[in-house]
Amino acid sequence: MNIVVCIKQVPNTADVKINPETNTLIREGTQSMINPYDLHAIEAALQIREEVGGTVLAITMGPPQAEEALREVLSMGADEVRLISDRAFAGSDTWATAYTLYKAIERIGYDVILCGKQAIDGDTAQVGPEVAEFLKIPHIAYVKKIEAIDVHLIRVQRMMDDGYDIVESSLPVLLTVVKEINTPRLPSLKGKMAAKKATIARMDFDSLGADIENVGLNGSPTQVKNIFAPPAKFDRQVLQGRLEDQVESLVKELRNLKCV
Amino acid sequence: MRIVVRADKCTACGQCLDSCPYSAIEMREGRAFITGECQFCKACLSVCPEGVIVEIADEGRAKGHLEISEYRGVWVFAEQRHGKVATVALELLGAGRRLADELKTDLSAVLFGCSDADARELIGWGADSVYHSGDSVFDHFNDEPYSELLFNLVKEYKPEIVIAGATSIGRSFIPRVAARLKTGLTADCTALEIDKDTGNLLQIRPAFGGNIMATILCPNYRPQIATVRPRVMKKGDYDPARKGQIIEVPIHQLSCRTKVLQTVTEASECMVNLQEAEVIVSGGRGLGDPKGFGMLQELAGLLGGAVGSSRAAVDEGWIPYSHQVGQTGKTVCPKIYIACGISGAVQHLVGMQSSDIIIAINKNPEAPIFNAATYGIVGDLYEVIPLLIKKLKEAKQ
Repeated sequence: MNIVVCIKQVPNTADVKINPETNTLIREGTQSMINPYDLHAIEAALQIREEVGGTVLAITMGPPQAEEALREVLSMGADEVRLISDRAFAGSDTWATAYTLYKAIERIGYDVILCGKQAIDGDTAQVGPEVAEFLKIPHIAYVKKIEAIDVHLIRVQRMMDDGYDIVESSLPVLLTVVKEINTPRLPSLKGKMAAKKATIARMDFDSLGADIENVGLNGSPTQVKNIFAPPAKFDRQVLQGRLEDQVESLVKELRNLKCV
Repeated sequence: MRIVVRADKCTACGQCLDSCPYSAIEMREGRAFITGECQFCKACLSVCPEGVIVEIADEGRAKGHLEISEYRGVWVFAEQRHGKVATVALELLGAGRRLADELKTDLSAVLFGCSDADARELIGWGADSVYHSGDSVFDHFNDEPYSELLFNLVKEYKPEIVIAGATSIGRSFIPRVAARLKTGLTADCTALEIDKDTGNLLQIRPAFGGNIMATILCPNYRPQIATVRPRVMKKGDYDPARKGQIIEVPIHQLSCRTKVLQTVTEASECMVNLQEAEVIVSGGRGLGDPKGFGMLQELAGLLGGAVGSSRAAVDEGWIPYSHQVGQTGKTVCPKIYIACGISGAVQHLVGMQSSDIIIAINKNPEAPIFNAATYGIVGDLYEVIPLLIKKLKEAKQ
């Protein structure tokens, strides 16, 4: 079985802090990491391989240094990786990113494609379902458990806002997974050594046979008009006085807000 | 578009370096330089004290190959679950009505599943017309038939704006529709406005876990599609006498390679849909004990709210993951969020900081949660909360 995992290298948002005075973004250091949800996608891929056999191939689209993320996936046990990288892809929105990944995956071959539910920098959760649409295959989003899988059929639990659904799909299929699905394994020492030496195969614009009108900034229907700091919260106050009085004034506020 | 530093005016103060989430700014020859890693997020523009980081439009940006003026009208995708229209659909009709009035155009709802009477109710909530199919293929949620029919309807009727709830359903199938249409989709919007000059939809959403806000445009493609978080928009007033038209949509063979075998509603006592709750009482490590959640449950019950938690409490095994609020849990924006014994790590803050009112109860006066709180009480939550419960009960009598 050909198992493809799509991953993204993201800035570590734990490094991102809010300047309480200006309410703007401060980033200390330049830590990058694999999007946390994607680690669960990798683990799910490795578990599928253990159960039904096959190969796990991880891809990422990003700048040259995203190679580091792919080495980490190799050290966890992936068989192969591809870095999809080209200056032409810079500035892609979700549509153009999904198109580019689709062109790459089409060339690779696939039975099951796994993605994290969303990336923690953009939080859009769009690229996975969009890739499935481009490939004309079904997808199931927010998967929290794979109940059964064979070469024709997969049965999973999909999170819904009020519980979950048990859903069956034919293969090929694309899944986006939530963190409940598993606990990602740590890289082995042997894996780390091998990953260090591995050559990372690259796919650039020319090798994809993609339409230049559909990639990068030019291929992106959406544009960022501007960014700004979130509006500051109104009056912050730490209540003072006897505890009894503090709670009393809180109840008064809740009453004003018609919560009582 | 490109972002450049006017090198002659750069003072090399270095403030932009830390502002870039992609580390795409370097110091070269004593000047800031934007490298090839730039993702055009524009975070640096407002940071530069000299104002010398600027955006340059590229010539010859590809235009959409469609006639934008042919697209008219605002659509709301009204989602349903188990035959009941979701609250977020009614909120979106309130928002959609405002957008349609501003654009002097019609508002339509799209309803897959449910009865004719349900479709009629959407008119009372502000729709001028409802595209409805009550076909049994929509009884359960499957991405393919949902996206195929919505795609077909958009192709036929050409709306300029489509909005849907940023829910498990909307966030799953709307991307397929946008991919197939080749148009823009903006996820999780918290505000929608019309640009007075161009008539374009300004789609405002948080990014980087809520630390920055971005305004997104889709000027050259139609429709402009956005998903909107539940509990952000306001419902309009329901008017049962409102007139409108129901358009029954015929169903042709829709492909569907997934099959819902079973739906499980997790109806544990406190399993309220956090994203729809008006009041959330959340507990963290400061509870010290799983029993503390019983007390929070009582408080939530008095306020008609739901119980949430920080990651720490979930990791301790005190409460299931479905209650977790924050970066790796749910993003919520209730009217009132009461954080009890939660220190306020940024990963938690990003999941709840858009709440209207935040009340923090914590022993440690230095806890960062107080920076985000509208009201703070410094004290032992096992003293504060029982007192609060007592006073609320008195107030109710």
